[in-house]
Amino acid sequence: MLRRILAAVATLLGVAVFVFIMLRAIPGNQITAGLGTEAAALTPAQQQQLEAYYGLDQPLIVQFFSWLGNIFTGNLGFSARAQQSVLELTAQSLPVTIELALFSIVLALAIGVPLGMLSASRPDSPRDAFGQVVGLAGLSIPAFLLATTLLAVLASSFGFNPNGEGYAYFLDNPWLNLQQMLLPSLVLGFGIAAPIMRTTRTAVLEIRSNDFIRTAKAKGVPPRRLQAKHVLGNALVPIVTMTGLQFGYLLGGAVVVEQIFSLPGIGRQVLLGIQQKEYALVQSTVLIIALSFVIVNLLTDVLYRMIDPRVRAA
Amino acid sequence: MTDITQTATLAPGGGRTMERVRLLLRSRSGLVGLIIVIVLGVLSLLSAFGLLPYDPIAQDPPARLQPPSAEHWFGTDQFGRDVFSRVAAGVANSALISLVAVAFATLVGTFCGLVAGFYRGVSDGVISGVTNVLFAFPPLLLALSLASVFDRNWFTIAVAIAIVYVPIFIRVTRGPVLSLREIEYVKAATSTGQSRSMVMFRHVLPNITSIIIVQVTLSLSWAVLTEASLSFLGLGTPPPAPSLGSMIFEARTLIGIAPWTMIAPGAVVVLLVVGLNLLGDGLRDALDPRNRGKK
Repeated sequence: MLRRILAAVATLLGVAVFVFIMLRAIPGNQITAGLGTEAAALTPAQQQQLEAYYGLDQPLIVQFFSWLGNIFTGNLGFSARAQQSVLELTAQSLPVTIELALFSIVLALAIGVPLGMLSASRPDSPRDAFGQVVGLAGLSIPAFLLATTLLAVLASSFGFNPNGEGYAYFLDNPWLNLQQMLLPSLVLGFGIAAPIMRTTRTAVLEIRSNDFIRTAKAKGVPPRRLQAKHVLGNALVPIVTMTGLQFGYLLGGAVVVEQIFSLPGIGRQVLLGIQQKEYALVQSTVLIIALSFVIVNLLTDVLYRMIDPRVRAA
Repeated sequence: MTDITQTATLAPGGGRTMERVRLLLRSRSGLVGLIIVIVLGVLSLLSAFGLLPYDPIAQDPPARLQPPSAEHWFGTDQFGRDVFSRVAAGVANSALISLVAVAFATLVGTFCGLVAGFYRGVSDGVISGVTNVLFAFPPLLLALSLASVFDRNWFTIAVAIAIVYVPIFIRVTRGPVLSLREIEYVKAATSTGQSRSMVMFRHVLPNITSIIIVQVTLSLSWAVLTEASLSFLGLGTPPPAPSLGSMIFEARTLIGIAPWTMIAPGAVVVLLVVGLNLLGDGLRDALDPRNRGKK
């Protein structure tokens, strides 16, 4: 486990280097980004002064470590347009995305696992075909298309558009907040339900052909208990692994879905930063997202150890 | 989406192409996928050779928002542009970007995966390290950030998408190569005095082609989705060039009065991804040695 954590730390350091290089690859620097076309009017002396102020006259390696040092002390940069520090902005947006992610995963499991079990209960039957078609639809319908269509149809036909009002935080107005989260998490959840469904189906089929299931059946374990405890219990490991793997899709999809449903989450923060050319905001936010992704992968690993007795014993 | 580590089972190489094609055509999903991909391929070729009924970017204001008719098969949009021609051009655009991106990712990823798995040592450490770093970014987010760094045109979008898929090809290649390098005939080839790179390309690479073929098909479907998502967010091919994602974005306010502007590009993007997914599934079954010899 210690090795796993060390590897994660090394990866994160690599992520920081990558993000830093990306920041330098953008044409222009903080001066041109802050002043826009007015930067051309700077005298060489002013230019030099500003470069010294931003630390741009230092060697790249010094710049990298001072940037990294800033991040460790919580200084993630400042958004000129929002007139807030990136840390403050993130403190507001991250909980929105975490809430969205949790709801999406719950919905995805609620759709994917029963559908996978239904499909596996009679392979190559109409119900299996139904499950497979829903799975294929989940894999093939882009989140932005599903989201736009749902929003347009529900808003125009039923007048249901809770996201049209300003975003309500859960603690301020839980009822409105839940309504606002419903459609976005359904869209994201549907996308992740597909791989979860496929994994469940394959795992259940494979486990059912094992000797211990036949033994349990012969011992007279009731079918329901057999399904719940013996089959699903053993299928949990691949399902959890697959759910963890989908977290990357979730964070990427959050950019799209938050934009469409006007949720002020971290994905929207990145997109706004890109659109308004606030690169410091983009880089820090991307770094935070990558960090959470690495942490989730680590947690999946821990969870995996907890539910798999073979790994636990090893 | 993003079932990114799906792989085919390791298949010994050899000239069994005909049998594989037969297996692919026998699987219903593979056949359906192949037909969809061919039809949409023909559509994009028509666009590439300028054989569309209308110029996809020519505006005709008097003819705006017309429903589908014999004249305009998929109707017209808010500028009077022919939706069918725009959809065809959008498929061509999407196909071009996805093909270039996946070709780049396949070449670079497979090469790096081969080197890392076959030579091990320092090269493996470096390549696997870079792979882990790239995997730490959610795919769409990485493509988005890269697309924002470059000057935007179809090629830079393709490169941005390619960078996202390189690590997938590295990981998919490296694993099987690790086990192949320990197999007797590879060791025998090395002991006959052939250079290591020769052994790698001659004896190892041909044995992982089926894995790579399946991965290419599945990656194509994700590349199509990524390109469409980027252009929906305004970070894809710049207008007025038609792209399926930006067409859907423009149509979202028209859905009440001109639903065809959304249905046509939406249906085609789903069809394209379904086709590629089905083809990928069919290929995986056809190339799986466990299915060999099945009637």
